[in-house]
Amino acid sequence: MILDWLLPTLIATLILLAGIGAIRRANLWRAGQAEKVDILAGLMAMPKRYLHDLHHVVERDKYMSRTHVATGGGFVLAMVLVVLVHLLEINSQILAWLLLAALVMMFCGAVFVFKRRLNPPSRLSKGPWMRLPKSLLTFSLTFFILTLPAAGILPDSFGLGEMGQILLGLVFGVLVLLSLGEMLFGMTWGGPMKHAFAGALHLAFHRRPERFGGGRSTGLKPADLGGDSHGVAKPEDFKWNQLLGFDACVQCGRCEAMCPAFAAGQPLNPKKLIQDMVVGLAGGTDEKYAGSAYPNVEVGKAVGSPTQVITEGLVSADTLWSCTTCRACVEECPMMIEHVDAIVDMRRFLTLEKGDTPNKGAEILENIIATDNPNGYAPGSRTHWAADQNLSVMKDVKKVDVLFWVSDGAFDMRSQRILRAFVKLLKAAKVDVAILGDEERDSGDVARRLGDDATFQSLAKRNLATLSQYEFNTIVTTDPHAFHCLRNEYQDFDEQGALQEVEVLHHTTFLNRLMEQGKLSVAEFMGGKVTYHDPCYLGRYNGEYESPRALLSGLGIEVAEMERSGYRSRCCGGGGGAPITDIPGERRIADMRMEEVVATGAELVAVGCQQCTAMLEGVVEPRPQVRDIAEIMADQLVEGAA
Amino acid sequence: MLLKPSSMPSDEAKYKALVCVSIGQHPQSGRERRADQDGRAVEMGLNLQGRQLVDLSVVHAGQATSPVLRQYAGMGLSCMTVLSQHQGDDALSAMLDYVKDQQADFLLMGTRSETGESSGLLPYLLAEKLGWPLVPRIAEIQSIEKGVAQILLALPRGQRRSVAVSLPFVATVDNAATAARQTAFGPGMRANIEVVESLSAIDQEASEWQFQPAKARSKRMKVVKAKSAADRFKAATAKAAGGGGKVMKNESVEEKANAIFDFLLEEKVIR
Repeated sequence: MILDWLLPTLIATLILLAGIGAIRRANLWRAGQAEKVDILAGLMAMPKRYLHDLHHVVERDKYMSRTHVATGGGFVLAMVLVVLVHLLEINSQILAWLLLAALVMMFCGAVFVFKRRLNPPSRLSKGPWMRLPKSLLTFSLTFFILTLPAAGILPDSFGLGEMGQILLGLVFGVLVLLSLGEMLFGMTWGGPMKHAFAGALHLAFHRRPERFGGGRSTGLKPADLGGDSHGVAKPEDFKWNQLLGFDACVQCGRCEAMCPAFAAGQPLNPKKLIQDMVVGLAGGTDEKYAGSAYPNVEVGKAVGSPTQVITEGLVSADTLWSCTTCRACVEECPMMIEHVDAIVDMRRFLTLEKGDTPNKGAEILENIIATDNPNGYAPGSRTHWAADQNLSVMKDVKKVDVLFWVSDGAFDMRSQRILRAFVKLLKAAKVDVAILGDEERDSGDVARRLGDDATFQSLAKRNLATLSQYEFNTIVTTDPHAFHCLRNEYQDFDEQGALQEVEVLHHTTFLNRLMEQGKLSVAEFMGGKVTYHDPCYLGRYNGEYESPRALLSGLGIEVAEMERSGYRSRCCGGGGGAPITDIPGERRIADMRMEEVVATGAELVAVGCQQCTAMLEGVVEPRPQVRDIAEIMADQLVEGAA
Repeated sequence: MLLKPSSMPSDEAKYKALVCVSIGQHPQSGRERRADQDGRAVEMGLNLQGRQLVDLSVVHAGQATSPVLRQYAGMGLSCMTVLSQHQGDDALSAMLDYVKDQQADFLLMGTRSETGESSGLLPYLLAEKLGWPLVPRIAEIQSIEKGVAQILLALPRGQRRSVAVSLPFVATVDNAATAARQTAFGPGMRANIEVVESLSAIDQEASEWQFQPAKARSKRMKVVKAKSAADRFKAATAKAAGGGGKVMKNESVEEKANAIFDFLLEEKVIR
């Protein structure tokens, strides 16, 4: 019977081709830069990372997670059994029945995949992805029928005559070739199933293994300074496991649905960016890309290769500068791809090597270098806001319980209202607090997001040198960006151990503790409906969603949550140097965010960040009021009660 | 051998432009920085070099250790020359020797430095000693052909005057010239800074002076008798009232000098 030899041959050939493809693909990743990875530990951890961490993200879309478990799980099981039953021809009815069960499971999943593809949402890529459900159905059906004789349900050779057998052999040969070709050959030669192969390895060799098991790793990796080039100019300048990460993309478009720049019509689409990176690492053009384009940028014009500078033909610089580094895409990505790392890596090249930071970028960076603050104010005026506040200065007291990191809000009159409100609360709670005064410098956040790691590192080192002279247990700041730098990014440069044993807190966390300890008492807030806007650098970057809400409920406020809140909070548009580079779009991100505030019917939006305050107050009136939680609390403070 | 674009006559040799830069000072922090006008001078030089008109070299008289030199280099210079000097040395003689040695065709520098005496006299002294004309406060060098440069001088209120100057010359660059491009860290770090031992001559006169922070000059008050916002806007945006002066073109040098003297008396600058 023809199938007796055709089927094992086809399976073996496709497995062999898949193996060759895997080596070829791996060599594309190996063009990247070296990065130490614990290969064995990674591979051992991979199943748990897949089943727990990845599916935890997929689980946000119940329909898809169930579909995927059935389809993917069914396929993996079926594939193993196909090898046992049809390639090694182990004669066991139990195995055959198991295979049938796996194929049924896979078929059920594939039906749901098929249904989803009937009228797919715009964020999904079309093209070869539209073919996938048909391939899945064909695979499960074909092998179901082929396994029936082995399970003893149908007679051997289906009880057909010679001609029938030849015909059947040919028909099934073609079906096996098509479906198994998609599943195996396509997995390593670049079809939709590539995500399974690259994705599994990406999970094993992820650049931020801390993210698995509920951890968080959001600090940028330091740039190496002093070489022949800085940042990422060409795809091969990425670390090899970054390239692998790009290859893991399933083009599900969840990042696209979350990206504020994309929604604002700026020329960025995280999915397209990652796909362009794939074009870059494999060489070629983006003609085959079948998803949403960068807004107002034609698809098909991008050309790249591993050795070609990315911003010269593959991705326009404006795309890279549109990003607010809000991490919504990273948070939403089921494959745990690190979009923000890649974007900042490429920005580093543009800033450190090309001197090509758009719009106000050059001026801001020059100011930071010359005055330690982005707007070029006199460093000697940093403490003017606190002239009447009677705050201790570190230089005088040397030792204190809490160091208040004021950040550059000190120079901005609107932000000074937040600072004063917070100081009022600190005094009411009798906290032993001091500020650095004129010794403080910008945390370097803006410089770093704009790609100027040289300036960031210089600021970090000088700030740490200052901090190492003093003793304190806690740093508290009202600025989530400085908070993120101090908490997650300074440790790479902290040789003196200035921040060892020091807890870095955002002011909402700190105030929440004071409330819990009963050191503050506040009157109930009677000002109407309130919503809360999660700052990206507090929420997604540092996982602090609870304290601000606890404070608000302590004021008797029932927060009217926006549709996008918590880990899905939408950026105000103020992060990542985006207001400085100011890439034009069709709408402003801040306006979109304010529309979401208005949709809740709130009269007041509570924030926990001076940039968010500035951005949201930049929206044209009439609109809800914007106030920092510290300001709301300071107004409700009952003095002398605690 | 650089290929010349066809638009250039083949007998046209490239000229040698020399830009002198100093260490500036940020007005708010007092910290060293790229001097604004010197940055503009380098920008002008780079622009001319980009148009294949000149070979550019940049020189600084002072200490090679200043990180600010890297900021100049980061504009796209592969090398720079530093004429090694001590604090308080007079840069004039070292500069003079270097310019002669380099056989530069013209010299660009800022109008005045941001630190030190900041008198703006150095270009004049250099020009005098070299015997070259001095072109003050230029905004743009439009072309250089057959040994003649077409230059736009910057005049107050955005006005420009076009002049033709034969090489060689010394030109000072005005704030109206194109602003310096962004400096890039990588190229700046990798640039080669060549230190040339030079004549060190203590500036005797300056060493005997007493320095103190300058007081802001008193400004003539603008009395605004505006009744409405529109009037206030007009008063704020109006041109400075002209008409008081007179243009003297054909008078003798003595008459011109007398007129200036009378004006200074009238303004109580000299008594």
